Amino acid sequence: MTAYILCLVLFSIGLYCALRKRNVVKIIIGIGIMEYAANFLFVLIGYRSGGRSPIYANDQVIKSMVDPLPQAVVAVAIVLNLSVTLLLVAIAIKLYEKYGTFDITKINDLKG
Amino acid sequence: MAFIPFFIAIPLGAAFLISLAGKRFRASSGPIACAASLFLLAASLAIVKPVLAHKTLVYRVGNWLPPFGIPMIVDSLTALMLVLAGIVVFFVTIYSIGYMKPYTDKWKYYTLLMLLVGGSNGVLLAGDIFNMFVFLEIASISVYALVAYGTEKHSLEGAFKYAVMSSIGSVFIFLGIAILYSYTSTLNMADMAAVLMQKGPGMIVPFVTTLFLVGFGLKAGLMPFHAWLPDAYSAAPATVPALSSGVLIKVLGLYAISRIVFNVFGINAEVSNILVILGSLSMVGGSILAFGQTKMKRLLGYSSISQVGYIAIGLGVGTPLALFGSIFYLLNHSLSKALLFLSAGAIEHSTGTDELGSIRGTCRRSPLAGWASLVGALSISGIPPLGGFWAKLIIIFACIQAGRPMLAFLMVLASIFTLIYYFKAFTGVLFGSESEKSRPFEKALSPHMALALFCLTALVVAAGLVLLPGKWQALINGAVGVLSGGRDYAIILFGAMR
Repeated sequence: MTAYILCLVLFSIGLYCALRKRNVVKIIIGIGIMEYAANFLFVLIGYRSGGRSPIYANDQVIKSMVDPLPQAVVAVAIVLNLSVTLLLVAIAIKLYEKYGTFDITKINDLKG
Repeated sequence: MAFIPFFIAIPLGAAFLISLAGKRFRASSGPIACAASLFLLAASLAIVKPVLAHKTLVYRVGNWLPPFGIPMIVDSLTALMLVLAGIVVFFVTIYSIGYMKPYTDKWKYYTLLMLLVGGSNGVLLAGDIFNMFVFLEIASISVYALVAYGTEKHSLEGAFKYAVMSSIGSVFIFLGIAILYSYTSTLNMADMAAVLMQKGPGMIVPFVTTLFLVGFGLKAGLMPFHAWLPDAYSAAPATVPALSSGVLIKVLGLYAISRIVFNVFGINAEVSNILVILGSLSMVGGSILAFGQTKMKRLLGYSSISQVGYIAIGLGVGTPLALFGSIFYLLNHSLSKALLFLSAGAIEHSTGTDELGSIRGTCRRSPLAGWASLVGALSISGIPPLGGFWAKLIIIFACIQAGRPMLAFLMVLASIFTLIYYFKAFTGVLFGSESEKSRPFEKALSPHMALALFCLTALVVAAGLVLLPGKWQALINGAVGVLSGGRDYAIILFGAMR
């Protein structure tokens, strides 16, 4: 149970960071933290206490094994998160070139 | 059906081919993209007949049996959306050949365009909730990059806002999927519906529904989550909002949420009330915010928010007539909003600006773009013979029939607002006399742009004919059947998958 609560705390830290911070880089880090928390939760859901990896072999008796599906899913999700982060960082670098600042409150030409 | 995977394979293959060949042979990227989107349109038209005959077609990836394998499913709702996406994408791609001339590195644009199409078709076909998420991310990532494509100050700003908000939405969706998996131990949507029918909703389903409403609401641009939409639309090249408003916010937002809420969870009173509230908020709010706009693409962005509201209300009211109206509205809005954005792009292409004050008298000086935007605006603001009017009328009747006269009144009010802001903005643009601020219409439209605008105008005019009895009406009725059938989805699919 503690692990789930810590996971929620991590998610909330990430959400707070993404919504409240003014620095572009910190916002990107906040989104990264949220994504980690979600991935962590998914792996946690597949965990069975004392479980081992679900690999079948002739001479072994498997008593308890972890659910492999969340791990496969999270492996895909990590790749997606990586590509989002890369794109965000690339846009942030270009934004710094154009606006000369990382402060999101100063990057506000579009409004209305 | 063996050719279902081609809806994903053709655009992804074309993206690969363009990135391979486009760098060396610069002229090849546009024609490859056009050919791919023509194939997609042909395939989506070809699939309508078997769908009408068999109701549900399933392709089992790798021939694994459900619920272990990944199914790709085409039912009436999917087929309708595939045809719609096919039409919009085809004309946008043709239009791009003329429109993208001033830009460099066009092969990157066409690669991203094809990835976007592959992603949105994947969302439509997916029968597995995680597959849906992956395709949704593919489409989203390519559209962030497309918004930033000009790499000018404003397009970067719009793209950054869009990317941040939309990825927060994606995380919420992913979290929802994780929690749903912990409850049902399956990712297959049909199987999930079957498990939920056995186990009951518990406390999990309302929580997950909230997460999904936030996530998909962000993608759809519904009102409290709309802030990215006008910024991203006003900063991007005009083809991107045309695609986004015509295809993406419908597919990633409305289609995905209605598929999950109706077919997996089973709609209930709370969720439909939330949809109605979000819908009315964006319907009224969008049309009020559109009043003060001075830029054409931004105005159209706010109008998109407001029109998505109508569709969400129709989904929320949930009677068969309301669902019919809402799907018909979706069809009309996709075509006419794509047309409006493309003609805004054509005007911007010739004058270099989309400030409403500087582009007066378009009908005289660039007749095709002017008349095209007039037809689009008439259809959206609901002038009788065009499809938009019938769509609004059907939803308003459905609200009265369902015993919600206040909602109907609100919709009439919002329609009047829509009419007023379009009238206010477009009379000057279309028929006004030139003022000292006006810019000259320097560049003429290229034949590709003219062809795309002309065909889309014809389609918008013809869209009302869908209501006449025939193949298309049967398809919309089938789509209504899919949504109002609710969790019969699982039973039908397990029947079709064997």
